[in-house]
Amino acid sequence: MATDTASADARDRGGPAQPLLIVRGLRRYFPLKGGLFGRAVGTVQAVDGIGFAVMKGETLGIVGESGCGKSTTARLLMRLMEPDAGEVIFDGEPVGPGGMSLREMRRQIQMVFQDSYASLNPRLPIEDTIAFAPTVHGVPKAKARARARELLAAVGLAPDQFARRYPHELSGGQRQRVNIARALALEPRVIVLDEPVSALDKSVEAQVLNLLVDLKREFGLTYVFISHDLNVVQFISDRVLVMYLGQVVEIGPVESIYGAPRHPYTRALLASRPSMDPARRMTEPPLTGDPPNPINPPSGCRFRTRCAWAEPVCAAVTPTLAANAAGETHLAACHMTVPGSGHSRAAACAA
Amino acid sequence: MQATALDRPAVTDTLVAVRDLSVRFVSKEATVHAVNGVSFDLAAGEVLVILGESGSGKSVTLRALMRLLPPRKAVIEGAIRIAGHDVLALPPRALEDFRGGVASMIFQEPMTALDPVFTIGTQIAETIIRHEGTSRAEADRRALELLELVQIPSAKRRLGNYPHELSGGLRQRAMIAIALACRPRLLLADEPTTALDATVQIQILLLLRRLQRELGMGVILVTHDLGVAGEIADRVAVMYAGRFVESGMVEEVMKRPLHPYTQGLMGSTVHAGLRGVRLAAIPGAPPDLARLPPGCAFAPRCPHAEDACRAAVPAEKRPVPEHMARCIRIAA
Repeated sequence: MATDTASADARDRGGPAQPLLIVRGLRRYFPLKGGLFGRAVGTVQAVDGIGFAVMKGETLGIVGESGCGKSTTARLLMRLMEPDAGEVIFDGEPVGPGGMSLREMRRQIQMVFQDSYASLNPRLPIEDTIAFAPTVHGVPKAKARARARELLAAVGLAPDQFARRYPHELSGGQRQRVNIARALALEPRVIVLDEPVSALDKSVEAQVLNLLVDLKREFGLTYVFISHDLNVVQFISDRVLVMYLGQVVEIGPVESIYGAPRHPYTRALLASRPSMDPARRMTEPPLTGDPPNPINPPSGCRFRTRCAWAEPVCAAVTPTLAANAAGETHLAACHMTVPGSGHSRAAACAA
Repeated sequence: MQATALDRPAVTDTLVAVRDLSVRFVSKEATVHAVNGVSFDLAAGEVLVILGESGSGKSVTLRALMRLLPPRKAVIEGAIRIAGHDVLALPPRALEDFRGGVASMIFQEPMTALDPVFTIGTQIAETIIRHEGTSRAEADRRALELLELVQIPSAKRRLGNYPHELSGGLRQRAMIAIALACRPRLLLADEPTTALDATVQIQILLLLRRLQRELGMGVILVTHDLGVAGEIADRVAVMYAGRFVESGMVEEVMKRPLHPYTQGLMGSTVHAGLRGVRLAAIPGAPPDLARLPPGCAFAPRCPHAEDACRAAVPAEKRPVPEHMARCIRIAA
């Protein structure tokens, strides 16, 4: 991320080189209540100091297993949840007091959720659902409704046939199209998609992915695409961020992450994908065990308890994101990739 | 051990024979035709994967094999023979012996399949005592063996754990241990890895494959995931609107799919190397099982559909022995 080093001018408004979103040191812990009087008995470190930038017009994919904090990250980005620490800078302007208001930010960033049914009002026809937010933001009713019909057409639902339907009268794929249309209604610049196709059948998933690609081009959108499905993320993303237990373990261009993954976790995650070829079946699982509980995660590198190459340094020192060479955009947080880190494989890997 | 796909056990006797199975759910409002004439055989020690999307009837088929469907609402017709038992005719007491003793089932969500108020050890031991009448001590010993068999680390300590104390992967292993407690000859698995993370999913698949070999069980596994089929299946059946539209050996079906639906499913499955390419999505959505079209149920979404497709359900065709598809475009 060249943007982090150039923080002197990072807050300049506009320009194609200005990242649309910069996230720095985002953190959110959840106290774990228990016992007789609901005392805090632990802390879930859901998101622990993550930072990244999203360039204008790109799709940043976020992958990771359940509990890694990817959905919490999305909710923190949208301020559906207050972060404990960290800042979000939208096109050079910090979000929050003294900067961009939440109301303005939510015009610019919209979200699509996994559960297409729970995220629609069951008592509103879909046309009204789509027109709702623009009306709140001051668009006259008739105009908002006309715009809703245009958007329905844009997501492939014929307005005359679908506009007056209720969510329960639609299939899962159609409902997800409505959610996408609703996200577009305020003409946002960024859409955060949290597992948008995970609940859909494969044949419908492909339709929605094609639609997302089309809409991005048509409306000049920027996506943050969160998924546990590595194949889907590879298909749609320009850059990919890999999370493990609330932290970023690797980030970089999609070709580089999938072609030459550096972090052992990324490598194991990629190797866990079924091959789709019965003649080349896997014989050994790339990783054993489940992801550990994000309550009281391991010290140092959080992946070390499942890592085949863990050494004392991994428990003692927390690795930071680093590139192999200066100016590179592919970063990994692993001692093996940093010469002189104290890991026995460090020199060999970094050569 | 590589290219494991080819060293199959010799097919000996037929473990499961299903003939013209149909399941209808009847209510005042509508009759849902969930399964519409499914026939297949499964040899002992063979793995059949039933592939299909939601509402294709794959889970209903599996539940019918165990007679787990609500008897008053579900009308089951046809014949099911498993290890010599006429399943649809089993009286209640014999059915209880059959479940767990001859055929066992594992589910997608172990948290709802396991009893939350008993420890894992108790749940396994109870199963063994119920079926085999062994002593508690013997059952406890077997429970420990089973947890070791499914590779649960520090098995002895885990026997005393409640389901909520286990991670998703361990819970799934515990459920498999319970299912295997009475050495069933047939294991039915309903999306057993769908709720698991990628790194855990492959562990469970490899475990199932190993257990199936070691114990010589027949396995019928239901999934929507082509990748799962590729990892574990000997044979694959593709289900659409309650019918097997294609079936055959896994290599054959995945390399040379015959039915347009199977082809579409392959085309719309995102895999490496598709970046920047437009996905060949199947248009439309699966049919409403309460209002099935006459003829081929896939015709409304099929790029090759013609009038003849809509007239009658296409017959089974076998252009290659062992590879069946129901499509009129196939010359038999």
